Amino acid sequence: MTDYRTWERRTPRQRLVRFTLGLLTIVVAVVAWTLLDVNYSYLTSSPEEFMDLFNRMYPPNMTYSGEILSPLIETVHIAVLGTALAIVLSVPVALLGAANTTPNRASFLLGKFIISASRSVNVIIWALVFVIIFGSGALAGVLAIGLRSIGFCSKLIAEAIEEIDPGQVEAVKATGANSLESAIYAIMPQIKPAIVGVSTYRWDINVRSSTIIGFVGAGGIGVELNTAINTFQWQNVLTILIAILALVVFSEVVSAYLRRKVR
Amino acid sequence: MLSVTDLQKTYPSGDEALKGVSIDVTGSETVAMIGPSGAGKSTFIRCVNRLTEPSGGSVELDGVEVTALSSDDLREARRDMGMIFQEYNLVERLTVMENVLSGRLGYVSTWQAFRRNFPPEDVERAYEVLDRVGLADHENNRADELSGGQRQRVGIARAILQRPKILLVDEPTSSLDPETSKAVMDLLTEIAAEDDIPVLINIHEVDLAQEYAERIVGLRDGELVFEGTPDDLDETAKGQIYRGEEIPDVTTGAQQSATTDGDATEGATEEGEIRRG
Repeated sequence: MTDYRTWERRTPRQRLVRFTLGLLTIVVAVVAWTLLDVNYSYLTSSPEEFMDLFNRMYPPNMTYSGEILSPLIETVHIAVLGTALAIVLSVPVALLGAANTTPNRASFLLGKFIISASRSVNVIIWALVFVIIFGSGALAGVLAIGLRSIGFCSKLIAEAIEEIDPGQVEAVKATGANSLESAIYAIMPQIKPAIVGVSTYRWDINVRSSTIIGFVGAGGIGVELNTAINTFQWQNVLTILIAILALVVFSEVVSAYLRRKVR
Repeated sequence: MLSVTDLQKTYPSGDEALKGVSIDVTGSETVAMIGPSGAGKSTFIRCVNRLTEPSGGSVELDGVEVTALSSDDLREARRDMGMIFQEYNLVERLTVMENVLSGRLGYVSTWQAFRRNFPPEDVERAYEVLDRVGLADHENNRADELSGGQRQRVGIARAILQRPKILLVDEPTSSLDPETSKAVMDLLTEIAAEDDIPVLINIHEVDLAQEYAERIVGLRDGELVFEGTPDDLDETAKGQIYRGEEIPDVTTGAQQSATTDGDATEGATEEGEIRRG
């Protein structure tokens, strides 16, 4: 009789670990569901509510569209300035946060800390903080957008720095250039496409963020939207929503085009 | 004159790449360093300008002890050592002119470097050197638009623009086809001769080494196992360098008698010195 060889994809130990992890996932989901205590009666009335809201919104108030043009433009300005601020501050932070360019362990941790700190706070919270400090208006918005973007931009630029060809930097250093000169001469050209790509991509995200920070008074179209909702001017609300959609599509097209252009 | 004494390099992995190598490069001679892959040739060249930090020994260039310099002084010393790389190591996204002028970065301020504002005499000389290496009118091409041979010519131009006291050349032809290799070697040795610059060149093509070098040193397992003229590099010596073969006693005997007095018939082993590995 032939003694067949046996083969199993996983060891019994691995199977046990996988089973336990699966079970744990289900338990967490069930616990979350039960503790949330959702009121399902609203679910049954929601189609009615939706039609009601839609009837109040439709048709959009076209005469209002002239009035929102200037806050829309302000929204774009906030996104542009916020992104510019973020990029200017991101390059040094990225140099600290990239393993191959950071001077020492402490500076590396500092870079990583700035990146995490900026990313861990939502743009609305940044906006709230800056509205309190600088008063309501576009300045608070620009700072909120800028600080929130530093982490994102630095992280991606730091990754680009870690992927550069070290030979080019070495060759420039071998001529007797100092660290700053080799950064300018050999690192910058290599990360330029990443910087352009990251900044247009982030600008696109920031246009979307800029439309909501107005809810806490940080300028832009969000201020108008907030006012319209609070005063039940639903036709104006729909006009603003359509305008925001158009703006976001526009920024996505521009950003996609620019990123394709840069090599 | 470059004087390397007992240079050692042990990598953190415990790998002993150089086990005490001593070489002098004087006047305007071209010295070729040959040896199998992994013998430590690149490590040696890179230890000379401290792109790789040596673990022991000393490197002295015109009386300056390079191995003892602080990082500021090392930058100054590097200006005197032009380096040419196997993979060219041009900044690919910069223009040919920017790459050539980067040879002057050790002499301009950071702000000038940022604005690409080099002294007019540097720019003038860059044009001349570009013309000399056969790349006139290519100054505004981006480096990544060039062929391999053209890129290595830019690499040579960049090193020459430093006005170095020595050229360190690391496998300049390994990425090139045989025809281009010869053209690049011709250019390199001609320019070095014109400007009176000594050349220390790592090369694994033995025929190129014999054709272009005035002196050949053989490295095996981090140790110098051969030193002599191209004519001294016979099959025995190649066997010693590339396959670690022991030298028959007869050869060693003949060698010793030949070193004292050389005439035309014994020219093959004149000054030749084969060291046991």
